[in-house]
Amino acid sequence: MKLRHGTQLAFLALTVSLFAAGCGGGGKDELVIGEYGSLTGGDATFGGSTKLGVEVAMAELTSEAQGKIGGLPVRVVVEDDQSQAQEAATAVQKLINQDQVIAVIGEVASSRSLAGGPICQAAGVPMISPSSTNPKVTQVGDCVFRMCFLDDFQGRSVAQFAYNTLGIKKAAILKDLKSDYSAGLTEFFGTAFKQLGGTIIAEQSYQAGDQDFSAQLTAIKAKKPDAIYIPGYYTEAGLIARKARELGITVPLLGSDGWESEKLLEIGGESLNGSYYTNHWALDMPNPKLQAFLKTFREKNGGSDPDAIAGLAYDAANVLFACLKQIATDDPGMFKAFGSTKAGTPERKAAEAKLRELIAATKGYDGVTGTITLDENRNASKPLVVLEIKGGKKVFNTSINP
Amino acid sequence: MSEFLQQLVNGVTWGSVYALIALGYTMVYGILRLINFAHGDVYMLGAFMGLYASRWLHAGESPSFGKALVVLLTSMLACALIGMVIERFAYKPVRKSPRLSALITAIGVSLLIENGCVLLFGASPRFFPQIVAQKAIPLAPGVAISNQQLIVIVVSLVLMLALRWLVLHTRVGKAMQAVSHNHMAAALMGISVDRIVTFTFMIGSALAAAAGVLVALQSPRIEPYMGILPGLKAFVAAVLGGIGNIPGAVVGGLVMGIAEVLVTGYLSPSYRDAIAFVLLIVILLVRPAGIFGKAVAEKV
Amino acid sequence: MKRALALGGTLLALVALNVLLPRVTNPYHFQVLMLIGINIVLAVSLNLVNGFTGQFSIGHAGFMAVGAYTSAMFTLKLGAPLAASWSFLPSPVAQGLVLLMALVAGGLLAAVAGWVVGLPSLRLRGDYLAIVTLGFGEIIRVLILNIDAIGAARGLPGIPQYSTFFWVFGTAVLVIVVARRIATSTHGRALFAIRDDEVAAEALGVDTTKYKVLAFVLGAFFAGVAGGLFAHFLSYLNPSSFTFLKSIEVIAMVVLGGMGSITGSVLAAIVLTLLPEVLRSVKELRMVIYSLMLIVLMITRPQGLMGTRELDLGRWFGKRFGGRPTPKETA
Repeated sequence: MKLRHGTQLAFLALTVSLFAAGCGGGGKDELVIGEYGSLTGGDATFGGSTKLGVEVAMAELTSEAQGKIGGLPVRVVVEDDQSQAQEAATAVQKLINQDQVIAVIGEVASSRSLAGGPICQAAGVPMISPSSTNPKVTQVGDCVFRMCFLDDFQGRSVAQFAYNTLGIKKAAILKDLKSDYSAGLTEFFGTAFKQLGGTIIAEQSYQAGDQDFSAQLTAIKAKKPDAIYIPGYYTEAGLIARKARELGITVPLLGSDGWESEKLLEIGGESLNGSYYTNHWALDMPNPKLQAFLKTFREKNGGSDPDAIAGLAYDAANVLFACLKQIATDDPGMFKAFGSTKAGTPERKAAEAKLRELIAATKGYDGVTGTITLDENRNASKPLVVLEIKGGKKVFNTSINP
Repeated sequence: MSEFLQQLVNGVTWGSVYALIALGYTMVYGILRLINFAHGDVYMLGAFMGLYASRWLHAGESPSFGKALVVLLTSMLACALIGMVIERFAYKPVRKSPRLSALITAIGVSLLIENGCVLLFGASPRFFPQIVAQKAIPLAPGVAISNQQLIVIVVSLVLMLALRWLVLHTRVGKAMQAVSHNHMAAALMGISVDRIVTFTFMIGSALAAAAGVLVALQSPRIEPYMGILPGLKAFVAAVLGGIGNIPGAVVGGLVMGIAEVLVTGYLSPSYRDAIAFVLLIVILLVRPAGIFGKAVAEKV
Repeated sequence: MKRALALGGTLLALVALNVLLPRVTNPYHFQVLMLIGINIVLAVSLNLVNGFTGQFSIGHAGFMAVGAYTSAMFTLKLGAPLAASWSFLPSPVAQGLVLLMALVAGGLLAAVAGWVVGLPSLRLRGDYLAIVTLGFGEIIRVLILNIDAIGAARGLPGIPQYSTFFWVFGTAVLVIVVARRIATSTHGRALFAIRDDEVAAEALGVDTTKYKVLAFVLGAFFAGVAGGLFAHFLSYLNPSSFTFLKSIEVIAMVVLGGMGSITGSVLAAIVLTLLPEVLRSVKELRMVIYSLMLIVLMITRPQGLMGTRELDLGRWFGKRFGGRPTPKETA
């Protein structure tokens, strides 16, 4: 019962020393790249998919060049942020200061990219967000880049597609209250749809993680819309589709890139037939790069298909690799500064500036999620595709250019 | 009007799920005065056990009533055993400790189950097979109940009646009542308190598992964190009805389910998670011990 | 005289470390250090409610959120003009003054919230109070999610990074001193009496209502200040940072440290902030090990690391700042 103070102090000292012990760096010279994501917590799927996408990129690098760029072995350090903004900030601090990474890949959720971005910006380390769609993410500064299109383009495109192609005049929206992504799409879709001459007759919401959508759908059904726009993630979209059909709603459901996952059809089943969603890719597109990625991904993951988050992470990693390779060929002297033994030197700073410049200049990069060109605001500008769900399959319907 | 009736049907379905989970909370609280924070996670485990049971039976490919029943019972049995293990290894050692320490232990168990399941099953959601083919049954023009909703309500009702019979009319039920009144006195009457506590945990966990399977049946997406919110809300339902009181838990669950659906449908879904707590605060201010709870002065 | 000297010494040490630490430490370690400081403020302030008074509050994240958003909005709306009008001051001082005002604003609003929650504690006891405080925390979070002006689900970015070592650890020292002074005063005795036996305390003439509300208000004030420090340190706020899991984290610190032990809370805040960082190397296993350790610690030391006792260091603190020797164990 009565411990001596010595024991408690020893406990404290042990924890502190374990913490400090983590600081020692290895002696080997290597290229260290950081990745932070939600491996645990409510958004654990996002972090998991990002990790898988980057792993495929690493596996390819290993088979092509023994995992080396410019003679230096590449190592990816992955940090978990438990789906929390505060943890994301700590994870990025650790990556930059402890692991001395040369670049950071992450996050998916805009909220956590916004927590990590300023830290990368302050340290001058380039950060590539594979899939944060909030415009504010890249407004942090010239160190933050993204590989996906923005919500305004996506919202506008789906409004055009619905009004012009499907002939929908009255739409209802069911949005995810918890996600800034969904809120942004709702806004952009609504504005564009009204400009075209359509009306939004109902706006309902849910929260990611909900199991029951009957109340919202019953309310929407009473308003008799021509279509329901459901910007959000596949985890809910499938359940919503199921519930909608159960309640006798037969109109088409429209979705966003968050729908993309092989699980969508598994969860939603036949209820999804006759629905459309915008996406970064269609898995049946003939793009050879995409097909090669799919093959490797399926081999590594027991035959399951990647979601778009994995694809974007794969592209983010490859854009980064491509820029590093270019520096390695153009300026081997400068490239040496990326080695882990050169951390903190002025040469490293200069090399990082060069790396930022190269990433910003990405033009027409042929990725699995389309042809990527970064605009002056470091956002990817690329076409989107509309997929139709027919007979339990996702089929390419049309492609829309920015 | 038909919209309102439809909402009511939806509300009763969710209310019966909350009631099933709330029963476990209330029973454990009645006996140990412990808020078993891990209870929502047992509900999640119930859904996962159901998933594996139906895969093993191939219940998804060829659904039948018998298989669905086996899936439900297997999951309940498995979770009863899990409940026993949790009680034995985590809660029994802290039974005599300050209540807050016991609570932190419960929270630790909850975190352990969630994160353990992320390791074990992966974080991405799993699809629960359709062990009962979905069919809509019209009740009135514009109002329908699906056969799955009906199953949820009927199974919940049967389980609640069975529990009531168990507590009121069997020896072990009477022993449970005795233990909930006074551990010491019950022990002096020759009741093995340890065994009754274990038994209570098993029953509560089995009910939570049933709720897990029933929810997975009509909304077939299951993942390791699915128990947090329903668990919290079911706990609120238990407090609403008067914690430690079995009919109270059922009424609390139904009130919560209906209130949530009505708020979502008519006010704004954004307040759905708040309504439970607003309702709770209002009711506790009027009746500090819940709807059915008896006001008992704490130790004098 | 002695007291003035101690005050001066502490201030001097804080200013010196404020200048020195960011220069010599790695920013990651510095960030963890700052989070420790904020967690100390949270843990000690919750100890006033849970440990001292025995009231069972699990809504601390709610108070923290109120303080965080209030002070962040204060700085975002009024910070720039205020700092401009004090342009004759060196910028760290002007920023510090803005932060101080923002923290006080955040703390006061949180205290009002604490008063509102403290009221039901007049009628409710034990677990019922617990669930009401939990509910209050969730209601605050849902409200924030619905207010567009403060960013709703998108969060609130761009808060100036004014929280320096001086302010975070200055607040930590302040909350420790306040807690110690309360513990050694008549008021502290009243709080302990309520914790140990509320009925007996009332019979002995302790105004239990007044003291319970007082504990709530004071605890909420410092939680609000901690929220403000958090906002001005991370420079980004999101409602998802203030879920009931955050409250639970703080409770774990209080219980692990020992109910009513101030040094225990400090110790536990340090250990529980460092633990997840130490466990980073084990990746996905991290949270599993963390939760296992929590369970094992609670089973082996249910009264917390310190029980209700204080560390010797605490006696030293007590002499310097409290002016009175540490009392004997209360339980």
